[in-house]
Amino acid sequence: MANMPMEAQSHHHTAPTGFIRKYIFSLDHKVIGKQYYFLAIVSVFLGMVLSWLVRIHLVWPNVHIWGLGALSPAGAPGGVISPEYYLSLLTIHGTLMVFFVLTTAPQAGFGNYALPIQIGAEDMAFPTLNMLSFWVTFLALCALVSTLFVEDGPPISGWTAYPPLSAVGSIAGPGQGMGQNLWAVSIALFCIGSLLGALNFITTTVDLRCKGMTLMRMPVTCWAWLITAILSLLSFAVLFAACVLLILDRNAGTSFFLPAGLLVNGQLQNHAGGSPLLWQHLFWFFGHPEVYIAIVPGFGVISHVLSVFSRKPVLGYKIIVICLLAIGFLSFTVWGHHMFLSGMSPYSGFLFSIPTLIITIPATIISLLWLGTVFGGRLRFTTSMMFALGFISVFVTGGLGGMFLAQPSLDIFLHGTYFVVGHFHMVMGVAAIFGMFAGTYFWFPKMFGRMMNERLGKIHFWITFIGVYCIFMPMHFIGLEGMPRRYSSFVSEVMQPLMPVHKFMTIAALITGASQFIFFFNLFWSMYKGTKATENPWESTTLEWTVPSPPPFDNFGGKHPVVYHDAYEYGNVQSGKDYVMQTDPAEQPARS
Amino acid sequence: MSSLDGPVSAAALHDAHDIPSWGGGSLPYAVPSKKLGMWLFIVSDAITFSAVIFAYGYLRLAAADWPRPFVAASIANATVMTFVLLSSSVAMVLAVRASSLGKVSGAVGWLVATALGGVIFDILHIREWLGLIGEGVRPFHNPWGTPMFGAAFFTMTGLHMLHVTIGVFYLLVIAVGFGRRKFSATDVEVSGLYWHFVDLVWMFIFPLVYLLSAKTT
Repeated sequence: MANMPMEAQSHHHTAPTGFIRKYIFSLDHKVIGKQYYFLAIVSVFLGMVLSWLVRIHLVWPNVHIWGLGALSPAGAPGGVISPEYYLSLLTIHGTLMVFFVLTTAPQAGFGNYALPIQIGAEDMAFPTLNMLSFWVTFLALCALVSTLFVEDGPPISGWTAYPPLSAVGSIAGPGQGMGQNLWAVSIALFCIGSLLGALNFITTTVDLRCKGMTLMRMPVTCWAWLITAILSLLSFAVLFAACVLLILDRNAGTSFFLPAGLLVNGQLQNHAGGSPLLWQHLFWFFGHPEVYIAIVPGFGVISHVLSVFSRKPVLGYKIIVICLLAIGFLSFTVWGHHMFLSGMSPYSGFLFSIPTLIITIPATIISLLWLGTVFGGRLRFTTSMMFALGFISVFVTGGLGGMFLAQPSLDIFLHGTYFVVGHFHMVMGVAAIFGMFAGTYFWFPKMFGRMMNERLGKIHFWITFIGVYCIFMPMHFIGLEGMPRRYSSFVSEVMQPLMPVHKFMTIAALITGASQFIFFFNLFWSMYKGTKATENPWESTTLEWTVPSPPPFDNFGGKHPVVYHDAYEYGNVQSGKDYVMQTDPAEQPARS
Repeated sequence: MSSLDGPVSAAALHDAHDIPSWGGGSLPYAVPSKKLGMWLFIVSDAITFSAVIFAYGYLRLAAADWPRPFVAASIANATVMTFVLLSSSVAMVLAVRASSLGKVSGAVGWLVATALGGVIFDILHIREWLGLIGEGVRPFHNPWGTPMFGAAFFTMTGLHMLHVTIGVFYLLVIAVGFGRRKFSATDVEVSGLYWHFVDLVWMFIFPLVYLLSAKTT
């Protein structure tokens, strides 16, 4: 038993030499982390283009979009998006962003890359499983993207795939045949990939920490990845079951999600005995933890980055860890707040409303501790730091909207409006993306051995930061005015006065989206032309900054690191430095 | 700075007794990675089953005409299946014991016996499926009541049967590998965890699907 970690790792001590084993079917967590990262980059690019199309259609419904007519002759004849195709694009935008961007990059991308190094391990506990989870996720992405190319296009049921629309088949509309089947298969595969990944993350964190790396010495990032992995393990298992039942409903004639007497497009459906609400329960039991699966790794990265660039220890490390655990636990008790409109008993609504409001408490504590970490620090305004500060801003702004939505009385009015769209884009989408940007600018030197361009980074930050507010703040206000979401056009006269706001948001979305090309350029240009990175360019304390940039195949070059210090010892100037590396044996014990 | 000292002193407290060591030292919580991995898989798989069982309960409670078609002979058949599966778990325990004592042929024998139990379970189960199909039960229809009866029955028992079948192959691979000294006693123990879990799931399905739907006269 004692030699188990050696056994788990012994089979890949030598670096592979062939191209395929090195870069394609690699067992190295660093390569797999980058693979996940680039999978997310491809998905986010596609998702962004889809959001442009959606925004353009809302304000210029008759514009011809080059190439779209060829992609979908039925959905966009002559390049003009039809109302159904608008919903198809919306579905793929949402599914790509939530699953293949927000769930992959922060956790499986950065987590895979940095977690083993930060805890002093050579690799993940199960390298082969790690490779499998990436390739299963890749297959899932292929299945999803292929819906764009099947005959009647992607499904129109949105990323939540509510039945009966999603379960009755092609009679329900374009994309509800093959498209919806591919969607369900894609998400089922994605669940498997995520479950394997989660299992691997937890085992790695528990079993492979190096000598001296106690749980409370782990960087906050590692805690965040661990908690996210636990959430994934517990929630994707439910979504997997839901997807299997959906596939059976669609293809085996069962009626899990379909009631009797259902009339779809004039045809009586041959189903009986099921309930569409069952899907909503199963989906949101996954769906709410999923929100935290997207954002908690961001919490970790932001805590980490703020501490490094404020030259101060993370304020209340232990409290942050406890709050993360509390958020993780509470996230399983609040799924019903997505269903206030489902006709649930007011008592149930009340029951789900209370923990939803309680969950804002640990989130608020964490936000205040971040401000406390920054307060009085000697700040270094790197691009990574800017995005970390921006994260606090967008997270708090978006989170405040959540306090409105947590109350059934308000949510019943707001739920079907753009208020919700603005809220979840701000707090889940933009905040998590800011976490990714902060992580990218922070770890890029380690991942690719070169520095990113700071000037381009700053320009990218300011356009993005102002841009996202221009896009998503107005959504809150038009939502309060009653503008319904998921509509492809607003013909009602009541809604017409709000069209200039929609135009403003679309233009803001186009400019903000275009500014992301600065980031893409910076990313790929710096990979080859950036200035060479030193081992520890940010003067940070954690283990990944004790190894060369980029690290060797086994991370520590055959050495076994030993940790003597807490993860965030900044501020005390000793021997000319204001930080103490975790592995620095000279000054142990830390502060006793 | 004193307000920032909390985590550091907490870590210092930890140091006294909890220094996990790298490679060859004692593991935190003394759980080998493979075993922990299997436990975590079991947790997530249990939740998948829970979701399906939840769906069954949700729909059954809402249905006015949930059929109760299982006559005494069906219950007897399911009882025999339960007995076979439980016996195979005993064989599994003996396999784990033999492997930890280093008795290779004994462990392989008991592993094969366990797998055989799984095969007999599958055969009895498929025979029962065919009988029900012969009576007109389909995922979308049955002669007695709400069509969800067939959907829930085939989904729950089918998912479980899939697990048993995968388990049979898993155990045979472990048996062959352990016989050739390629797998360790830990591998046998880990496969045992899986098998007991599959057995445990049946202990939920048997009462929920069969006993609750026994024919009352």
